[in-house]
Amino acid sequence: MKYNWNWGIFWQQSPEGQGTYFQTLIWGLGWTLATALIAWAIALAVGSIVGVLRTTPNRWAVRLGNAYVELFRNIPLLVQMFLWFFVVPELVPKAWGDWLKQLPNSSFYTAVVCLGFYTSARVAEQVRAGILSLPRGQRMAGTALGLTSAQTYRYVLLPMAYRIIMPPLTSEFLNIIKNSAVALTIGLLELTARARSMQEFSFQVFEAFTAATLIYIAVNIVVVFGMRRLERKVAVPGFIGSAAAPLPGH
Amino acid sequence: MLGGLDFDVIQRSFLYLFKEGMSFTLTLTLLAMTAGIVFGTMLALMRLSSFGPLAAIAGGYVNVMRATPLVLVIFWFYFLVPWIGGWLIGASEPIKVGAFVSSLVTFIMFEAAYYCEIMRAGIQSIPRGQVSAGLALGLNYAQTMANIVLPQAFRNMLPVLLTQSIILFQDTSLVYVLSITDFLGAASKVAQRDGRLVEMYLFVAVVYFIICLVMSQYVRRLQLRLAVIR
Repeated sequence: MKYNWNWGIFWQQSPEGQGTYFQTLIWGLGWTLATALIAWAIALAVGSIVGVLRTTPNRWAVRLGNAYVELFRNIPLLVQMFLWFFVVPELVPKAWGDWLKQLPNSSFYTAVVCLGFYTSARVAEQVRAGILSLPRGQRMAGTALGLTSAQTYRYVLLPMAYRIIMPPLTSEFLNIIKNSAVALTIGLLELTARARSMQEFSFQVFEAFTAATLIYIAVNIVVVFGMRRLERKVAVPGFIGSAAAPLPGH
Repeated sequence: MLGGLDFDVIQRSFLYLFKEGMSFTLTLTLLAMTAGIVFGTMLALMRLSSFGPLAAIAGGYVNVMRATPLVLVIFWFYFLVPWIGGWLIGASEPIKVGAFVSSLVTFIMFEAAYYCEIMRAGIQSIPRGQVSAGLALGLNYAQTMANIVLPQAFRNMLPVLLTQSIILFQDTSLVYVLSITDFLGAASKVAQRDGRLVEMYLFVAVVYFIICLVMSQYVRRLQLRLAVIR
């Protein structure tokens, strides 16, 4: 039993016509990062709004926010991906559906939207936890100072809440990078898909997967270090950084 | 909008979806959960060991697993398990491994890394004095762990372990990339055959949603109950 190692394979031309195998992997990384970053912007924006809604005194807003989170958390990501890709274009008015189906790079847009909303529910959960972890007095102090509800959130609650939830947000960001691999099922040629096709063309299974794994680990390290620096930079003097509780996730 | 839909297809394929698909999904989930928690606890003990190399190996394994997307790990093991199997039994070439065994190994190895981190937090939540008390009573390390620390750690972390298991249940749908007939795979096959993608995927989403919602509500109640007793 012998496996023929060939680490030089990365410098050979790939039959996909995008240069060497190494270059195709780097292109894949580019798609992975582009998907993750844009989806992260959606997740942060929507997640913050939903998270804030769930801490308002309005009971209906809280219920709406809770329902949103339950909806996106209780359906597997892959199923959500299929819903956005196969089902949504059929359920919207026909003209829109046709436009969606002929869109170039439609798997990229679908992946961005799907990952964005999927992660937004998880961000919302964190934002809510962050706001609720603040002493009640902070909201009261804001009101006592004559701030409106919106101003209290903007100037008092959210600046502290975001700092507190920085560690779990870091892991959500790492999750969104990893989860973008699920988009290969709808045809996005991101890093894992490139490693898979490299394996199919060259039969060098373990080299291809090792390279992809190492790239993911490198990205992981860069993100963790970057976020740690950011955390230190925005830390409010006098407050100890929050302890990161273990979060179930993947 | 919903006019052209034919939900009859669900009724026609109902038995197939649940007997073939859901039973695969549930078997995979339960086996991977059980073995994953056992293996994860062992990893956690290794990580907390005072013997440096052991802690480093476990830590490295967990960190690599947690940095890699599950889809990639599924591909890894799909190709790796036949080689490891061949090596173990000394065969001259990689052995043939069924899709079920391959995906089971994948999920045990992958989820163990996540269960490890949960169990590590659970073990660390037990006051150090309890370990000292155990040792003072004349128990050895294994007895202290098995009789004093682990039962409490497990109990404290039960809600988190179960939440992770719900995620595992959702994650098993990713065996789709190996064309395995799990619940989603079965629905997908029917959907392609009958050209009923919309109906089938909506149905799959509803089924997953109901199961996961019920389970997560149960975990929430359990959490409240455990919190009161402690």
